[in-house]
Amino acid sequence: MALAKRSFDVVVVGAGGAGLRAALQLSEAGLKVAVLSKVFPTRSHTVAAQGGIGAALGNMGEDSWLWHMYDTVKGSDWLGDQDTIEFMCREAPKAVYELEHFGMPFDRNENGTVYQRPFGGHSQNFGERPVQRSCCAADRTGHAMLHTLYQRNVRARTQFFVEWMALDLVRDASGQVLGVTALEMETGELMILHARATLFATGGAGRIFASSTNAFICTGDGLGMAARAGIPLEDMEFWQFHPTGVAGAGILITEGVRGEGGYLLNKGGERFMERYAPNLKDLASRDVVSRAMATEIKEGRGAGPHSDYLLLKLDHLGPEVIDKRLPGIREISKKFANVDPVKEPIPVVPTAHYMMGGIPANYLGEVIAPGGGNLEAAVPGFYAAGECACASVHGANRLGTNSLTDLLVFGKSAADSVIKFLAENPGRKDLPKDAAERTQSRLARLDSQKNGESVAEVGAEIRRATQTHCGVFRFPDMLAAGVKKIRELADRATRTEIRDKSRVFNTARVEALELDNLIEVARASMVSAEARKESRGAHDRADHPDRDDANWLKHTLWYKEGDRLDYKPVHMKPLTARSIEPKVRTY
Amino acid sequence: MRFRIFRYDPDKNDKPTMQDYDVRLDPHDRMLLDALVRIKEQDDSLSLRRSCREGVCGSDAMSINGKNGLACITKLVDLKEPVELRPLPGLPVIRDLIVDMSQFFKQYHSIKPYLVNDDLPPEKERLQSPEEREALDGLYECILCACCSTACPSFWWNPDKFVGPAGLLQAYRFIADSRDQAAGERLDDLEDPYRLFRCHSIMNCVDVCPKNLNPTRAIGKIKELMVKRSV
Repeated sequence: MALAKRSFDVVVVGAGGAGLRAALQLSEAGLKVAVLSKVFPTRSHTVAAQGGIGAALGNMGEDSWLWHMYDTVKGSDWLGDQDTIEFMCREAPKAVYELEHFGMPFDRNENGTVYQRPFGGHSQNFGERPVQRSCCAADRTGHAMLHTLYQRNVRARTQFFVEWMALDLVRDASGQVLGVTALEMETGELMILHARATLFATGGAGRIFASSTNAFICTGDGLGMAARAGIPLEDMEFWQFHPTGVAGAGILITEGVRGEGGYLLNKGGERFMERYAPNLKDLASRDVVSRAMATEIKEGRGAGPHSDYLLLKLDHLGPEVIDKRLPGIREISKKFANVDPVKEPIPVVPTAHYMMGGIPANYLGEVIAPGGGNLEAAVPGFYAAGECACASVHGANRLGTNSLTDLLVFGKSAADSVIKFLAENPGRKDLPKDAAERTQSRLARLDSQKNGESVAEVGAEIRRATQTHCGVFRFPDMLAAGVKKIRELADRATRTEIRDKSRVFNTARVEALELDNLIEVARASMVSAEARKESRGAHDRADHPDRDDANWLKHTLWYKEGDRLDYKPVHMKPLTARSIEPKVRTY
Repeated sequence: MRFRIFRYDPDKNDKPTMQDYDVRLDPHDRMLLDALVRIKEQDDSLSLRRSCREGVCGSDAMSINGKNGLACITKLVDLKEPVELRPLPGLPVIRDLIVDMSQFFKQYHSIKPYLVNDDLPPEKERLQSPEEREALDGLYECILCACCSTACPSFWWNPDKFVGPAGLLQAYRFIADSRDQAAGERLDDLEDPYRLFRCHSIMNCVDVCPKNLNPTRAIGKIKELMVKRSV
């Protein structure tokens, strides 16, 4: 079947923080750019980020990017690559100033500088005491940032393909990436977007969990596309559980609440974090706080009629601080928890929040995969930034605020790498004959499936399996059973059926295509988790309770082909700074 | 719980209909969007936009029992049955509850929704006092859901000429920003019988805004500034 084709210099997939930052750089460089997004750009999930952007501006007291780097390495439980971490922490202040110049409505200090609040795991002088490093716009930082970046792209006349879903990568025989196939949701039309370079900024995949802070759209589309095209996924066992999701609803309550002075209580009214992290207490890093909370609940000290949540107290901050710094939280609590935090504590539980793993990339935003004897060979023409990428700055556990920093810094650096690549490779390679074959057979299979599986049901079972078998605490027998379960589900996912066959805005078809991506992410996560016989950061195994640097200071690589694993070393050498040697991690 | 939902698929039938649904809800289903997700499990052909399910992305605006709102933050217990759901009024329907928002975004884009400042930026941040920053509160929080503009009769009659409450709120967001240098040009652009002055302070926008913002007040401020500079 002849397919419509369009040609661009660059195709950016995803219009959240990373995609928009990259698109801006590319548009301003005068390139012909197409930005594809499943949703209107300001509906991307960056919009839901609350607490702030981590950058050592030093507006509230002394700070240094070296301290930010130390905190990030320690937060990552030494699994983060120290070259990318150095790059991010060094570039962070510039990225924030630039965003301010773009018009970002940051909160301000009396002297007119950007206000910064404390956040978990961020410290002064290599772990000594908390530091105020999180640059914020009340508790709506992601919203303000996403809108600012979109506005700047309007100014740069970036070309958006809104409500277009990318379906598969196009690679030629040499492995070079030459664009994507994509579905225009409104018309149901399939198209090949032929590009000299392709940049993925497709975000996370928190929807593999039953209880998640993530939006419906976070289905790991970029990861599914990469995996189907033979590119491995890195460190997929590492999922962050945010300590404070609204119990029962999963809606995020920012760590900024604790940054501004809120704290957690158990059923007896005890401030239990003092026992688990005597120094930073409620501002220890997220894996530590989530584990402490899960322990309190497990040991019967949870609050509520079923002892299954904890209490986040902030009424002592007073209505003035709450309305000025945390207005969105007050709104969410009233709506989703039926409590007004000015008077009562918010019921919270650890909730799946962030994917530390992703498409393997380096600090230049180039996608890297083993090939030709090189464990980190760049995949020509392919770039990734933001949550979909594993650069790896976050290692085994991400620090709060570092996700927005990541989007800005690596969105820009990936775009800069694209610009350089295009200058050095002025030509355009032809599309292979079978460019759309995989996509066409997926769509044909879906449209002709009879007696198939329900998308909603298989999706719900994937989410249940991941939640049950791969949660905050992980057990060897549960993980083994989880792998078996998820492999069965992967098989069922090849037989999904939709009743709606309309061409026009067929969201049933979109959800079925999303499920193809979701299952790859869930399988990669479960298989990688089962194999890692240690506890590190967010990965906590009952049978191997300690970190094991001798055997496991290495990144996991999962391949869809053969459902197999491989490993590669962690970059312990920063770009210019001194290496931070692994040590016992306490807060 | 009973629902009556507007159905239209141009690929199948040429006439819109209202379809009745009776759904058994789970005790965890608190918001209208939860119920819509249940309905979609029964009938996968029901099309709607949704994403964040917490009222910040602006995807799931629709007419709920005759009033525009976001499905994800509308509590089911507050709704009278059968709950009647229609697409946002005044915009072309693509399918079911999905409308074509091009006209809405065109108006938003028309106000130059970005900071204009031609000075060479300083090495660090531009300074802004807390008071200057506070002037942006109640403005920058807009989520572009279109509840307001599609509740406005003036926007219904002149969607191509009247900027509408959402766009005007954002126009004022930049006029009010101490860092922006284009206030004069922004006012010039709005000094027009249609772009701004079709607002007759009906205040439907204020009534429906799911973020409790007040476009009418922002429009009033723009008019004040116009008067001020003409005397």
